[in-house]
Amino acid sequence: MANSKVSQDTGDLRLNRISKYYGDFCAVDDLSLTIPDGSFFALLGPSGCGKTTTLRMIAGLEEPSQGTISIGETDITTQKPYQRNVNTVFQNYALFPHLTIFENISFGLRRRGIKDVKAEVENALNLVELGHLAERKPGQLSGGQQQRIAVARAIVNRPEVLLLDEPLGALDLKLRRQMQIELKRIQMEVGITFIHVTHDQEEAMTMADTIAVMNQGKIEQMGSATDLYESPKTAFVANFLGQCNLIKAKVQSRAAGKAVVTAKGLTFEVPLSRVSTDSDSVLLGVRPEKLRLDDKGVNSIKECVVTDRSFVGTSTQYLVRTPWDLELVVFEQNDEGLHDLRVGDKVSLEWDPEHTFALDGAQDVNAGADLDDE
Amino acid sequence: MAFLHGASSTHSGPKSGLKSRSITPYLLLAPGLIWLVTFFIIPILSLASTSTMVRPEGAQVGTYVQELRFQNYVDAFVSNQDQYLRSFVYAGIATLLALAIAYPLAYMIAFKSGKYRNILLVLVVAPFFTSFLLRTIAWTQILGDEGPVISTLKLIPFVDDSIRLTATPFAVVSGLTYNFLPFMTLPLYASLERIDPRTLEAAGDLYANGFTTFRKVTVPLSMPGVVAGTLLTFIPAAGDYVNAALLGNPSTKMIGNVIESRFFAVVDYPTAAALSFTLMATILILVTLYIRKSGTDELV
Amino acid sequence: MPSLNHRAARWFSRNLIRIYAGLAFIYLFIPVAYTFAFSFNDAGKSNLVWQGFTLDNWKNPCGAPQVCQAVANSLQIGILSTTIATVLGTMIAFALGRHKFRGRTSTNLLIFLPMATPEVVLGASLLAMFLNLRINPGFWTIVISHVMFCISFVVVTVKARIASLDPRLEQAAMDLYANERETFRYVTLPLVMPGIAGAALLAFSLSFDDFIITNFNSGVVSTFPKFVYVSAARGIPAQANVIGSAMFFIALIIVIVGQVVSRQRKKS
Repeated sequence: MANSKVSQDTGDLRLNRISKYYGDFCAVDDLSLTIPDGSFFALLGPSGCGKTTTLRMIAGLEEPSQGTISIGETDITTQKPYQRNVNTVFQNYALFPHLTIFENISFGLRRRGIKDVKAEVENALNLVELGHLAERKPGQLSGGQQQRIAVARAIVNRPEVLLLDEPLGALDLKLRRQMQIELKRIQMEVGITFIHVTHDQEEAMTMADTIAVMNQGKIEQMGSATDLYESPKTAFVANFLGQCNLIKAKVQSRAAGKAVVTAKGLTFEVPLSRVSTDSDSVLLGVRPEKLRLDDKGVNSIKECVVTDRSFVGTSTQYLVRTPWDLELVVFEQNDEGLHDLRVGDKVSLEWDPEHTFALDGAQDVNAGADLDDE
Repeated sequence: MAFLHGASSTHSGPKSGLKSRSITPYLLLAPGLIWLVTFFIIPILSLASTSTMVRPEGAQVGTYVQELRFQNYVDAFVSNQDQYLRSFVYAGIATLLALAIAYPLAYMIAFKSGKYRNILLVLVVAPFFTSFLLRTIAWTQILGDEGPVISTLKLIPFVDDSIRLTATPFAVVSGLTYNFLPFMTLPLYASLERIDPRTLEAAGDLYANGFTTFRKVTVPLSMPGVVAGTLLTFIPAAGDYVNAALLGNPSTKMIGNVIESRFFAVVDYPTAAALSFTLMATILILVTLYIRKSGTDELV
Repeated sequence: MPSLNHRAARWFSRNLIRIYAGLAFIYLFIPVAYTFAFSFNDAGKSNLVWQGFTLDNWKNPCGAPQVCQAVANSLQIGILSTTIATVLGTMIAFALGRHKFRGRTSTNLLIFLPMATPEVVLGASLLAMFLNLRINPGFWTIVISHVMFCISFVVVTVKARIASLDPRLEQAAMDLYANERETFRYVTLPLVMPGIAGAALLAFSLSFDDFIITNFNSGVVSTFPKFVYVSAARGIPAQANVIGSAMFFIALIIVIVGQVVSRQRKKS
């Protein structure tokens, strides 16, 4: 078939007020998003949050109930998948079992009418370092190899956007780590926009320039890994990325660039720039690695008790109970000045105001925490 | 022609792969369904209509007039009660025998055949590559008076010299059992094969011995296969007439024989039609009761 | 040290089921073996008693009158019915497996009913209709009847194969610039083809071996099963045994070759 049927669109990928309903169930709720051309973008969220549905709408495999999708100036909302300059790496790879690796990779090129595919296919195979497997069938390859072939099969078409639907889910840990680095390298070499869907926050943080955290069909927060980790704007994001301690508190005053909040009779300081709500009821947040086992800091809680301890090599993880029976998580780096506490020891906690953030107090303290990591 | 719109789903999330709002499925269905309606539904309806017809006095053989004579059914049933009963009894016995023979066979292929599994499956089906008539006739000769079985039996002292096996109910039931064996074996095998062997190991881990495991785990899990196999055996067996014709005698006639003879020997279409429908209705009732009792939805 | 008897008993009980299965297999093959053996019988017209070994029957399978005509008819009918039934049945299977439409339950019922109806009724009703329409039963009525009862089996077989097909493969094809027609041609059809082939084989064997429905709707046309039935009274010529045995071996070879080929495909 002729090349001409594939639209020549290029530019940023824009989702404008996209919604998707299955009967009464809303999978994606009024979502708007701009993904800059050439970036590595991650859609992160627990299962059921709508990230895969969003991806499939970009691919054209689902039709949005409302809203538009465009690449650059071209509106692709109603285009069929085979008309879009977008390719997908499927979760289970979806390699054609009856075709050889060579035929799999050249499939897209042939459908676009390109006759001379040998050079392109060889390039793609070399990119994923599997040139020697060209004549095999998918059934003869290992999971990791199939995954790389799936990437090659998509990339060889030089799409405007490459979609990856949890492609590393079926691989074991070591292989996954390897592939994360591989994919990042490929993206930088080829310069295509990558949109990577995953529920693994470590994976998203490792690979992506920009992450959008999704929950129940909406985007909770979007930004770089550092932004999302150090300055979460919602409890869900705070709990979903890494671990987080959240303490209910009330704002007493906002002045001179800092806010003073009280909780259980204790006073804490937060820089105003790190308070993301106007409400006076807040959740005071601090990450476990920012807590120190001392009592001299601006923010501190005295007379706590160690209730659990786990040594995990790089650090020791403590569960510490405050005088009002709230359990906080503390990570102490395996470094000089190790406290080496035991269960039952009395301890004080302290941390710097710059490491605190304050979120709207009306949220569920446990939102985003302890979700099943399949 | 787009056979395959379905793969890019436009709605229905969880079960994707289906597309609506297209005329394609109707075009795909039309030829086959029209064939079935024309050559199955309409003939059946036509047969229903024939079943209430009557041959007018003095009219030529084979001409009938529609008189809605439902009495035909009663007459047909009454004068052929024996054959009816016999058909269901023979089919029932044959089904049970087939189950008894096929279950261990299927079990063995599913669990104890190792790398020979595919070969054994082929061997189960292979005999049926020979025409079933040839095989049935082979049985008449094997069980026949001159055949090896009778000769051997006669060697046994207390066996009567006038013993015979062909032209007996025994032969008819044996023939039915034999001919429908693969219909029983394959669904049983399919069902047994699906059982995860770890389920059986778990039963053993939970203190069940071999026989209890079989009784409480294997058998219930294989029920869909048992139901399918039983139906696939019983239904055709009840309507069969070839086995009765070749291996039986006039007193072993089944309802199929009667229907056949009413078409070809004594030309009496209304009776044949009435008998056919009574047969179908009985089968349907028995099947429905059976399925209700064993509670399986998916047969096919 | 367990006694010989004890060990024998243990072996016996462990292998009981294998022994049982072995007996069952023997039972299955007795008539086949018998038929094969008697195909070598030097029997003249009546192949009832063993009279001597000969290869003549195999050398001259058409020696007995009408045997080859019957086989030829059965083959022609088989090929015709198989082709038509496979095409019609596959179309229905695709409609059921890949499309949404109204009347799905009725369609499933219509497909299921012929399989649940006794052959006597199928054959008789069709004959009654033909007679009512003053159509004389013959070659084409046989074909019509065979297609009728084969469609259901084709639908079931192909539908199962379609159901086992991962829809994401077709989605991947469209993602890779194949439109609906190309997706069907390059991905769907090749992957469903083994199911279609299996359905065709099944339809052919059902058609070739059919007796009851054929008997009702054939008039004077002879098919192989009909020929065997009719000659049962006066004695089936040994050539019929030859044909039967030959069919057995041919079919066996086809199935074995099919298995080997598909195993090779999986490997290479």
